[in-house]
Amino acid sequence: MIPTRLRRLAAALLMLLVTSLVIFLAIEAAPGDPAEIMLGTSAQADTLAALRSQLGLDRPLMVRYAAWLGGVVTGDLGQSYTYGVPVAGLIAERMLVTLPLTLMATVLAVVVSVPLGVMAAARPGRAGDGLASVFAQMGIAVPNFWIGLLLILGFALKLRWFPTGGFPGWGDAGIGAIRSLVLPAIALAIPQAAVLTRVTRAAVLDIASEDFVRTARAKGLSRRRALWRHVVPNALLPVVTMLGLQIPFLISGAVLVENVFNLPGIGTLAYQALSQRDLIVVQNVVLLFAVIVLVVNAGTDALYARLDPRLRGRA
Amino acid sequence: MTRHLLSLAGGCLAVLLAAGTAGLAQDAKGVTFAQSVEPQGLDPTVSSPVAAGQVTWQNVFEGLVAIDRDGQIVPQLATEWTVSDDGLTYGFTLREGVTFQNGVPFDSAVAKFAIDRILSEGSTNGQKANYTAIADVQAPDPQTLVLKLSGRNADLLYWLGYPAAVMVEPSSTDTNGTTPVGTGPFKVDEWRKGDRVIMSAWDGYWGDAPEVSGVTARFIGDAQAQAAALQSGQVDIVGDLSAPELFAQFTDDPGFTAVSGAGEMEVVAGMNNAHPPFDDLRVRQALMMAIDRPSLVEAVSAGQGTPIGTHFSPANPLYQDLTELFPYDPEKARALLAEAGHGDGFSFDFKVPNRDYAQRSAQIMQAFFAQIGVTANIQTSDFPAAWIQDVFKDTNYDMTIIGHAEPLDIGIYARDPYYFNYDNPAFRDQMDAIASATTDAERREGYRAAQEMLARDLPALFLFSYPKLGVWKAGLEGVWENGPVPANDMTDARWTK
Repeated sequence: MIPTRLRRLAAALLMLLVTSLVIFLAIEAAPGDPAEIMLGTSAQADTLAALRSQLGLDRPLMVRYAAWLGGVVTGDLGQSYTYGVPVAGLIAERMLVTLPLTLMATVLAVVVSVPLGVMAAARPGRAGDGLASVFAQMGIAVPNFWIGLLLILGFALKLRWFPTGGFPGWGDAGIGAIRSLVLPAIALAIPQAAVLTRVTRAAVLDIASEDFVRTARAKGLSRRRALWRHVVPNALLPVVTMLGLQIPFLISGAVLVENVFNLPGIGTLAYQALSQRDLIVVQNVVLLFAVIVLVVNAGTDALYARLDPRLRGRA
Repeated sequence: MTRHLLSLAGGCLAVLLAAGTAGLAQDAKGVTFAQSVEPQGLDPTVSSPVAAGQVTWQNVFEGLVAIDRDGQIVPQLATEWTVSDDGLTYGFTLREGVTFQNGVPFDSAVAKFAIDRILSEGSTNGQKANYTAIADVQAPDPQTLVLKLSGRNADLLYWLGYPAAVMVEPSSTDTNGTTPVGTGPFKVDEWRKGDRVIMSAWDGYWGDAPEVSGVTARFIGDAQAQAAALQSGQVDIVGDLSAPELFAQFTDDPGFTAVSGAGEMEVVAGMNNAHPPFDDLRVRQALMMAIDRPSLVEAVSAGQGTPIGTHFSPANPLYQDLTELFPYDPEKARALLAEAGHGDGFSFDFKVPNRDYAQRSAQIMQAFFAQIGVTANIQTSDFPAAWIQDVFKDTNYDMTIIGHAEPLDIGIYARDPYYFNYDNPAFRDQMDAIASATTDAERREGYRAAQEMLARDLPALFLFSYPKLGVWKAGLEGVWENGPVPANDMTDARWTK
């Protein structure tokens, strides 16, 4: 057990190191000088030079990479070029929006898709199945930012139940904050739910045709009990896997949805930092995304092992 | 179990909806405006001056002089000034009893510090070039400030009223980016980055207290979202709606005041004057005559905007309408091309920033150019990053299109180097003549001649001036209709109902 874990940890760290270098070089290779962008087109050469040296951009490439990596290891992510505040604080502030948003979306997606998928599989070919299939088709086909625009039109402009965008912060017991997150969470959840509905349906159908289910039915269990006791718990395995695989899509979806709803989340930060060439922020945010994906994958593996005893102890 | 989960979800939704319908009311005495770009810092004297000034200029920070809503230079922290006959000495009398929001008194030593700082070696003021005529700053007594110039500069006073030259005091300069300290009527309480800046009236202000209790700046990049925020009542003002096609819905709505004001942005298609065939005046004139500017404005900005024939804003009293010099005439354009040896036309790369107005303009221009046999290959360039590097710095382009938003910026054609690669000593002399003008009449005549020179020489295709499309709630008054300076000055805003 322990050697396996250590080996995995080492592999993950190596991967992060390589990722960090790729991120750094890719961002450096992109055209655009942060100082030029910050100062605008009327800036004089000496002003640009002054700002570049203030930002440390006059140092050689590898020195800057080493400085960044060294900082990351010691927990100092550096100063944002544009905001002039520590990147770590900036990311933490933004995570207070994105984390609840993605969590809400995930919970919403699971709460909708698992019952829907099970319902569809329990009576294949019936009306419920057809409904689930239409939902899944549309949810996958329609982009989430467009769903977001529709939700704004209906629930924010016409009915005025929710704000059209923006984020009031977590004061006032968080009611305003949660209200601002409802529509974006739904927009983000629908495509996720669509995928998960399909996976759940397929998995339930698959397990339902296994021998042990037939045995359970033969021993006198009702259809319903066999479904919930034996089929669904086993069918959750592929659902969990898919949930883990969907996390990167959730993050990239958040970039779009946050922009539509004007939420100050990590996605908006990444987008804005990239267009302003706030390189240090972009580097750190992308690295954070990589860490999240790695951690989620590791977590999915661990959960997998818990859900399926057969996998325990295997690499 | 399915039923339980569904009823749980339903219950959650019901609670949220109940919470949702409550609490829509907002403070009636404050005012909230939205702008597209969030500033990178709130101090307009460093780095990005435009977006920072849009939040804090006049609201938080004030200058020796100010530019008012009509584009006139008016006294502010200086009550009066004199200019010596040779135009080289400016003497300012400073206002008494002014303090900064942290209690530091404003006097000539502070003013000297603020101006010296713009000009210092490590200065990161993006507008520094406009102040380099100042050779020495003297503070003979606390209420007197004297500027000694190295050469005449008729526009200096104007630039002293610009956001980049607001007064700051030494102890707060390091933190003004995040927690600004000015002499204005509002102070910044909180900056929720990525979302809003919250300001409230400051009771220590030297002038009349503002009518509104506070000002909130919201940052909403998407034009659809700006319109939605107005309609849902989350913002009171969008000073410069970024999508003209969304403007019409507000003009007929009694709940809003919608004004198409004059802005300072000229949309021009810059050409690389060093590249053949753009080095040939006849080619540039032919391309200008290939474009029907009124139709272009109609298609690009739903008719909002004014065709221009030179690099000057119709908002400025010195503007000359020179669009009739090279009006739409494809026949003549073809003839000119043939004369220049391009009877079969030519093709070129058109590097267009990924901005709506630029993309739309480029597509229409492409069709106009095709009528005279010229093929424009549109290439989209990521703005600002890639465009600044590729077009602006490396001048690796044939033609591009961009809106120049800075006021009084006709002098860019005299700069060497600038992205047009336009080298005209006569125009540089003309700009020098304007700078050393001693009378207002001389300055006017200078700008008139400069405008005409560009209109004939066409270093860029002059297309149209972009309007400032302001929308605000009915019952709100005192909002700027025109935009002589990019600003959201809320010091005169008041609710009448």
